[in-house]
Amino acid sequence: MDRRVYMVPNPPMPNIPLQFDAAVCNGCNVCVKICRTDVLMPNPERLTPPIVLYPDECWYCGCCVEDCPRPGAIMLVHPLNQSVVVSWKRKKTGESFRLGMKDPPPPNTRPPAR
Amino acid sequence: MTSWWDLIEGGQSTPEWPYPIRYGQESRISTDVLVLGGGIAGCHAAISAARRGASVVIVEKGHIRRSGQGGAGVDHWQAACANPCSTVSPEEYTRAIVDGFAGYDCGPMRYAQCRESWDAALDCERMGVQIRDVHGEFEGAEFRDPETQLLFCYDYESRHSLRVYGDTMKPCLHKETVRLGIKTYNRVMATSLLTEDGKAGVRVVGATGVNVRTGELYVFRAKATVLAMAHPRREWVFSTELNGGAATFADLNIVGDGHAMAWNAGAELAGMERSYDTAGGFAYIQYGVGYPDNTWFGCTMVDARGKPVPWFDGSGRELAAVRDRFLPRDGQKFMLIGGGLTGSSVTPQTQGNHIDDSLAERIRSGEVVLPLYADLPSLPAHERRAIFGLMVGNEGKTRVPVYETYTRAGFDPDQDMLQAPIMPPDAYRSPHYPAGVSVPQWREIFGGGLMVDWDLRSSLEGLYGAGRSVYGAGDHSGAATSGRYAGRRAADYARDASGPAVDEDQLETERARVYAPLQKRPESMGWKELNAGICRIMQDYCGQFRSEETLLRGLRLLAEVREAELTRGYAANPHELGRVLECHTILTVAEIVMHASLARRASSEHLDFRRLDYPAVDPPEWRKLSPIRRDHGEVKTRDVPLDYHLQPPYASTYEENYVAHGGSSPDTGGA
Ligand SMILES: Cc1cc2nc3c(=O)[nH]c(=O)nc-3n(C[C@H](O)[C@H](O)[C@H](O)COP(=O)(O)OP(=O)(O)OC[C@H]3O[C@@H](n4cnc5c(N)ncnc54)[C@H](O)[C@@H]3O)c2cc1C
Repeated sequence: MDRRVYMVPNPPMPNIPLQFDAAVCNGCNVCVKICRTDVLMPNPERLTPPIVLYPDECWYCGCCVEDCPRPGAIMLVHPLNQSVVVSWKRKKTGESFRLGMKDPPPPNTRPPAR
Repeated sequence: MTSWWDLIEGGQSTPEWPYPIRYGQESRISTDVLVLGGGIAGCHAAISAARRGASVVIVEKGHIRRSGQGGAGVDHWQAACANPCSTVSPEEYTRAIVDGFAGYDCGPMRYAQCRESWDAALDCERMGVQIRDVHGEFEGAEFRDPETQLLFCYDYESRHSLRVYGDTMKPCLHKETVRLGIKTYNRVMATSLLTEDGKAGVRVVGATGVNVRTGELYVFRAKATVLAMAHPRREWVFSTELNGGAATFADLNIVGDGHAMAWNAGAELAGMERSYDTAGGFAYIQYGVGYPDNTWFGCTMVDARGKPVPWFDGSGRELAAVRDRFLPRDGQKFMLIGGGLTGSSVTPQTQGNHIDDSLAERIRSGEVVLPLYADLPSLPAHERRAIFGLMVGNEGKTRVPVYETYTRAGFDPDQDMLQAPIMPPDAYRSPHYPAGVSVPQWREIFGGGLMVDWDLRSSLEGLYGAGRSVYGAGDHSGAATSGRYAGRRAADYARDASGPAVDEDQLETERARVYAPLQKRPESMGWKELNAGICRIMQDYCGQFRSEETLLRGLRLLAEVREAELTRGYAANPHELGRVLECHTILTVAEIVMHASLARRASSEHLDFRRLDYPAVDPPEWRKLSPIRRDHGEVKTRDVPLDYHLQPPYASTYEENYVAHGGSSPDTGGA
């Protein structure tokens, strides 16, 4: 395998609280502006998603997702240490599901109460 | 390049700091009222002071639009005693809470909450927050009043607390501050209070702050200052390794900077010895596992075999129907539930309905088989939707983290039962399962803060407090109402106060302290290691059990760390600078807690406070407050009766004092 390898420290924990979809995000940096703990830094490359510089300071409040003008650009991903035990049982069938499972059931598209 | 891996593996050099670096540069700002902390209390304080005609400046460590514990939403709005459907008076509610806390609560702040919570909700509605079921989704539900369209939670008969669509609360408050011309300095961390002639124990004349993006220093000169930076955190346990910033219930920014600043300025703090145990970073996703309390109150829990776990009323009688969970028992005037008000902090008179106390035993005996599930599908449709859709959806940290994340993954409350965490049986004694399994020496401060009078003024002239900065328990509407109240009083004071002067020597000392962490040395240490070191001292020397011996040794150790390791704290950029300065706060608060613990020479069940050398629990002579302050390097304490606010020089009723101190102010008019 032809691949460059670097001496780098271990990745901070949790690894990636926020996943950006570069096809949707236009680098407007609203999320950078409002993130309470400054997890995100503007990308030196314009019009591209911000850098998740401090994943270890993410509070998982989801405000960046909510205030993002481009739905789908940011996805919040809970730390595995918490998400791995989020599970539910379908009452009628007895099937079990969990957050992050390989073949998840179709999404439930009902919005919150308004 | 968005992730950390991309950044350093991409073969590019580390990008430069994206913001201009302004270490050593300084801006000076003058205002009538300075509000430190732009959270719930701070926003309301600023808004009410501005409506009184004062010029107002807010200083916020994060960004005001979404900062603070209410920044990601609110679903239960408590103590709205004055709403048209409530059957509970402000006096009754105040008494019930104060009695529930065995007198260890802030009477003026609590009464102001009960009086103004409804007004504050209406005020928020005028700012654009939805507080009613305007679309009629819950028409016909027992918890909905058809006339007002209000939705109630917890106690459907006495109707003192609301369900609100508070997900947009902070954006709306933010907009109102802009509309009123209030200037907010975002990303500025307040670091110290400035006092007259630079002395401790005298009038507060402003504050300093440092920008955590640029490193610029700010000097705020103010006639009156409102402390609204919430409570101390990260004192006994803190590690981002498991769950990042979700390691603490409040976000990382909230460490109690205000408490340390007030202490250094000589203000009196009360209740700092009180704490409770926590699971630290081992908690579950907040509101994101099935449980029967708070946001999920009233939910049916079933065991692994589908057998429902019974519900009981406060007198121990089993409840038959789902709707009974939301109604007071015969002869009971009202219930207090949710927001930490379930269990030991309520009196038998207001004890709410709850899942069986003997659940732990029944799990042990095998009668109840783990795991438990929140059986949402079995609930009446309105109740189900109110829990998962209204409460989960607007409660802080639920809209995206729980509602959107779970439904996208296919979770459907109409069909699915959400599993509760599997914990040791005794962990189910508290119905708030998301909090996880706590460890006795991992603790959080409970309710300690500024000692205040009926103006919500501290012991220092010119310094007011609101929200979790103040001594006493609190919640969202408590922060909003105390903010309104303190903002009014601060504005009134500022109207007649003389212009404040900054003491340049005091400023110079603070400037040196703030910038010291920029110096790199071979023995430099990062903020996380410092934080964790202080936590260990607290766990060992000031944990579940304390004594004069451990506390004095702990204080010595803290003093040593202050001289040695703390001075080696290193910051590579303005962001880290803020975090290192937070460690200064954490160390100072640790000292305050130890001094407060020394001052209370008795154990207390009410305060979850155990002195090995004074094992007697709640002896009558210790049913009092022992606020402490620093005076010329010495710690001074005094005895204050628990109901100091109803004793001379004050009047003997809440109502009289409230009215005499500017209560019932008609400043709610928004537009
Ligand atoms: C996830 C969650 C959900 C909640 N849901 C509810 C609910 O539904 N109902 C309810 O009644 N209560 C709820 N609460 C509690 C409620 O949000 C708090 O009681 C309330 O926000 C306290 O208000 P505050 O102004 O004292 O503190 P905060 O709102 O936390 O504000 C403190 C502010 O000070 C800022 N700050 C801190 N240090 C500095 C500094 N050095 N310089 C400048 N600024 C600083 C912080 O960034 C923050 O913005 C919830 C809390 C959380 C965490």
